Amino acid sequence: MPILIVVTRDGAEREIEGRVGLSVMENIRDQGFDELQALCGGSCSCATCHVYVDPASAGSVPPTSEDENDLLCGSDARNETSRLSCQIRFSTAMDGLRVTIAPED
Amino acid sequence: MQHSDIIIVGTGHAGAQTALLLRQRHYAGSILMLGEEADPPYERPPLSKDYLAGEKPLDRILLRPVAFWAEREVDLRLGRRVVVVDPILRQIRTDNGEVYAYETLVWAAGGHARPLSCPGHDLAGIHMIRTRVDVDRLRAELPGTDRVAVIGGGYVGLEAAAILVKAGKQVTVIEAQDRVLAHVAGEPLSRFYEREHRSHGVDLRLGATVSGIVGRDGRATAVKLSDGTEVPADMVVVGIGIVPAVEPLLAAGATGGNGIDVDGLCRTSLAGIHAIGDCAAQVSTYADGTRLRIESVQNAMEQAAIVGRHLTGAEEAVVGVPTFWSNQYDLRLQTVGLSLGHDRTIVRGRPTDRSFSVVYLRRGKVIALDCVNATRDFVQGKNLVATGARIASDQLSDATVPLKELSA
Repeated sequence: MPILIVVTRDGAEREIEGRVGLSVMENIRDQGFDELQALCGGSCSCATCHVYVDPASAGSVPPTSEDENDLLCGSDARNETSRLSCQIRFSTAMDGLRVTIAPED
Repeated sequence: MQHSDIIIVGTGHAGAQTALLLRQRHYAGSILMLGEEADPPYERPPLSKDYLAGEKPLDRILLRPVAFWAEREVDLRLGRRVVVVDPILRQIRTDNGEVYAYETLVWAAGGHARPLSCPGHDLAGIHMIRTRVDVDRLRAELPGTDRVAVIGGGYVGLEAAAILVKAGKQVTVIEAQDRVLAHVAGEPLSRFYEREHRSHGVDLRLGATVSGIVGRDGRATAVKLSDGTEVPADMVVVGIGIVPAVEPLLAAGATGGNGIDVDGLCRTSLAGIHAIGDCAAQVSTYADGTRLRIESVQNAMEQAAIVGRHLTGAEEAVVGVPTFWSNQYDLRLQTVGLSLGHDRTIVRGRPTDRSFSVVYLRRGKVIALDCVNATRDFVQGKNLVATGARIASDQLSDATVPLKELSA
């Protein structure tokens, strides 16, 4: 299975086996990380699953939609690598994707 | 008798988030979490959306994987309802006769779907949408169902109607008020959703009161309206709100009524007992100081955070702006603030474009926005609500000017 690398807010890094077809948010949540609120459950209606995608591993990640971009604009912690993890459907092409959980707003 | 430092009653967003946050904040005491349903904590909003549509199975709407709770040393016991609270002895009793002692009780029991009370209310083929089991029962009957009558034009009823009509059913929505969403939104939003549902083929009956459910061989066949009309139906879906689960606490002497009254730290009038989520009534600065229950995920998470922080030593209560969402067809509604008590609505953008917002004012201040396919307004409007901005109506209605430029 392809690997997803998750960095938590304290800087700890862990490799998990990513389930293809689920979102990155679901993969993170299902592996027992407790830092992602993912309040709306993945319907792109909040911004509580905010992560930073390591640019070196972001090649296969599809671009940000307008709605996602608008939601991210509401976060003080936004930077150029910001994504909502519920909007990235994990695929085999994303093997080695490295994401860092963004601070809480 | 088992003694726990903290007992959490309820496994919805509020209860689960309290347990999660306590452990996240390194709370070292024992935590027992009791759930009435047999399922581990899961998200309720998809029950009238993706889960009803069959697009997401249960394991994709679990709040955390099943093993998570044991790993965090949360003793999760399911399938029992707390029926008695003794605030003096600090004990609770469940419907299966178990007694548990607590130091601190967090009551996050939510509510139950409000049932019909009219003649025929107990016929087969009548469904609620509150629990996973409810929706599984409903879905199991869908294959033999052509006509569905949805009673209640609130969010749950309308979301269900959207899914069912998309699944090829003939759907009639019966609403007692003269518009849908009458309790939660302003008229421009109601009228927009009425047009949408009708254009998707939903037969919408407004100002229609149900007088009974007609049945044959113990099964519902039609909804009878008070004007004598019968709406034929193979299935009836009831979405008329919830009854908050407050009886055991009221019986124990807690102050409250429709909800359990709580202070800013979500403390009830009983020592050692907090109440949060759908069943808690709190004074809201976003509702002009009115005490109210807010049925939303955001409120559940917020109040869980207040209690979780309070029980681990933080005194301040951070109160965020209320938010909601509803998905119907390809329409994403995002709400910020509470429109309750508004005295004016301003439409921003054109509803016919299927992307617009309704801005709610009270005494000239922006108190809420309903944003339909208008995420930018939702994000930028939050600050207007948080600050109670006063902005001229012609500026608010001009969708070409971003809201953030108005708040500057």
